[in-house]
Amino acid sequence: MSAIVAEALVREFKAVRAVEGIDLEVSDGEIYGFLGPNGAGKSTTVHILTTLLPPSGGRAVVGGFDVLHEGPKVLEVIGAALQEAALDPFLTGRDHVRLQASLHGLSRAERRARGDELLERVGLTEAADRKVRTYSGGMKRRLDLALALLHRPSILFLDEPTTGLDPQSRNALWVEVARLARDDGVTVFLTTQYLEEADVLADRVGIIDRGRIVAEGTTAALKAEIGTPTVQVTPANGDDRDAILRALHGHGEPVAGAPGAVAVRLDPQYDLTDVVRALDAENLRIEHLELDAPSLDDVFLAKTGHRLEGEGGGELEPEPVGA
Amino acid sequence: MISVASAVAGRILWKAFTNASFLLPALLFPVIFFVGFAGGLSRVDQLPGFDYGPGYETFQFAFVLLQSAAMGGVFTGFGIAQDFERGFARRLMIGAPRRGGILLGYAAATMTRWLFNISVVFVLGLLMGMQIVGNGIDLFGLLVLGLLVNLIGGFWAAGVALRLRSTQAGPIMQFPIFLLIFLAPVFVPLTLLTGWIHAVATVNPFTAFIEGARSLLAGTTENVGIAFGIAVPLAALFALWAYTGLRSAERG
Amino acid sequence: MTTLGQVFVLGRRAFLRSIRQPGQLAFALVFPLFFIIVIASGLDRASALPGFPANSYLDFMLAIPFLHGALFTALNSAIELGRDIDTGFLNRLALTPARGIAIMLGNLAGGVLLALIQFCVYFAGGMLLGAGFEAGPLGVLVLFALGALGATAIGATAMTVALRTGSPEAVQGIFPLFFVLLFLSSMNIPRNLIETGWFRWIANVNPVSYQIEGLRSLVVDGWNGQALALGFGCALGVTALSLTVARTAFASRLTRT
Repeated sequence: MSAIVAEALVREFKAVRAVEGIDLEVSDGEIYGFLGPNGAGKSTTVHILTTLLPPSGGRAVVGGFDVLHEGPKVLEVIGAALQEAALDPFLTGRDHVRLQASLHGLSRAERRARGDELLERVGLTEAADRKVRTYSGGMKRRLDLALALLHRPSILFLDEPTTGLDPQSRNALWVEVARLARDDGVTVFLTTQYLEEADVLADRVGIIDRGRIVAEGTTAALKAEIGTPTVQVTPANGDDRDAILRALHGHGEPVAGAPGAVAVRLDPQYDLTDVVRALDAENLRIEHLELDAPSLDDVFLAKTGHRLEGEGGGELEPEPVGA
Repeated sequence: MISVASAVAGRILWKAFTNASFLLPALLFPVIFFVGFAGGLSRVDQLPGFDYGPGYETFQFAFVLLQSAAMGGVFTGFGIAQDFERGFARRLMIGAPRRGGILLGYAAATMTRWLFNISVVFVLGLLMGMQIVGNGIDLFGLLVLGLLVNLIGGFWAAGVALRLRSTQAGPIMQFPIFLLIFLAPVFVPLTLLTGWIHAVATVNPFTAFIEGARSLLAGTTENVGIAFGIAVPLAALFALWAYTGLRSAERG
Repeated sequence: MTTLGQVFVLGRRAFLRSIRQPGQLAFALVFPLFFIIVIASGLDRASALPGFPANSYLDFMLAIPFLHGALFTALNSAIELGRDIDTGFLNRLALTPARGIAIMLGNLAGGVLLALIQFCVYFAGGMLLGAGFEAGPLGVLVLFALGALGATAIGATAMTVALRTGSPEAVQGIFPLFFVLLFLSSMNIPRNLIETGWFRWIANVNPVSYQIEGLRSLVVDGWNGQALALGFGCALGVTALSLTVARTAFASRLTRT
């Protein structure tokens, strides 16, 4: 059963087409990463799927309900933590819990129990009665997550949930999101511009650029499309480069590498242990050995011609090898 | 110092005159007060003992001229506080070789804005039938008095803004000025005030300014000496207040 | 949850948010009282004008803080709504079952509740200063009700601006407009004593004049059916019109499906 289905989804704003015909399907209990640069259409897509924006074209079904015609039913089954934490600075954490739980129709007893449970889960019990304006960015995000989960939604939308957080807070959020999917079976639709986040969390990733999905699949499959890892070996003695090349012959194809290094793109069935043994058999002294796997940024570059992480357009110029 | 002052004043004036949200509030309130009081309360001049020759519109114009001067100065203080909150003031202080020029610039901008605003109100007053009995020298004196009050308000607010460096200081800048303005003979002459407000207005320096302004508009010299006698030292005192505020801001 | 229940919950939030900003609250409480004290003292002699309807200028002005304070509080509520839009909090509410009308009325209700508390302060202050009140204990309730309706009318109008612009600054920017309406009315002097022809004409067509006169009639006259009917009528009319426009603005603002 699919938790989220989008078919030819389009959204226009005056002269701008922010979303241009998106098709996607997210299974129950899956963590789906929606990866793309700023302005790609991620948040617009989330706003459509969470009923905040009507689509200009196409259709979307969330939790079995059409977002355009059954909006209130969609709201019953989804929770969302949007890009802005959007909290009232003059209310306490507990005030927010009470407000949202009341609006979702939880009884007084349920509000208290569920609120306490979630505040504890996100580590905000002690801060619950402080005004939100005294909270750090990480605390606000955690409260936002707790609020999104109050009514036990089966589908959770997280729009760039870790933007601006310190590494510790980010990790804590990742742990909780993974737990939600694994233990509670919550389907998570996560938008991010952080490659690592998609890599760590997502079961599958959809890469969006300029309103279109340019690639979709598991991170491993997407990276494998681009190529296999490259091993770069820097000998202690520069004269040993040819010897290294000979040792690595049969494990893959030579490619351009860093200055002074020998780089070989490994065959698909590579075994790193064999590579190390081959180098050892030649009795070579190695100064530095590095394994470069394709990243999602490489995937993005291959699909769109520009990098996700703001390095600018165009391909990198390779360094000639064996010169 | 002059170049610093021109740069500072130029920026403020450019922002003020190209941005309605900066221009309108300082202009709108004197217009509203003038129209509301002169237009609505004109019958008050029929009270026994109310003998101001030029008429109630002129009577109120004096108040509005000085109210806009004082409050116009306070608006400049808001601007300084905002500049500190946004970090721009630090940039100014780093960039300006003679920091006294910064204060001069703010003062110049304040006065220029006020001159524009009061010109608008003056034209409006004439359209409403305001009678000016005073001659050119009297009007020049009125303008100088207004500029002095503008500087008093501006330097007061600047001193507060430079010390507190936050827009939260807005009420501290504004409220004392507002109190002084309204605890004065706004609607009737001092002789027609009774009770506690008469006692307060008697010692309120703003009373001297209003009565001086009314005399100038009426072409008489009564109260003019005392008005300038209070305005000039107060302007100097608050200039010192603002200058020491600048020193405080430099220390951080 | 019923719509009324949602209004209560959202109104509670609006109220809490306001009272937790003491600076704002203090200003809304103090300024109108200060204004009436100063104006009433400064214009006390005006009560000697032939045809002046009250024994003292304080009695004449006692109604003004009810509108003045309502203005500040209602505008603040709308500014907060603008802030909710600006920060995305409105989207948070949109992701709950909260109905649009409940969001709007909840925002208004919080402001009105605060206004009622302010009215208690103004009334007590006026009585302490020696003002009279002709309409008796029941009249106090009517005074508060009419003042609350005034707050609702202003709040609904300001809310429309907040919903259309999504900007708290834009709502702040309309304060002068309300200020103008307040001044170009019978706030400072009865309409029949306004000498200046064009000013009297504006005061005659300005709904704020009738709101003020309705409030004032309870202080000065006691029970004046016509003044009360006009006061309530104008306030209700403005409220109905503003809420209708606000509803449309809300639908454009929150294109929730």
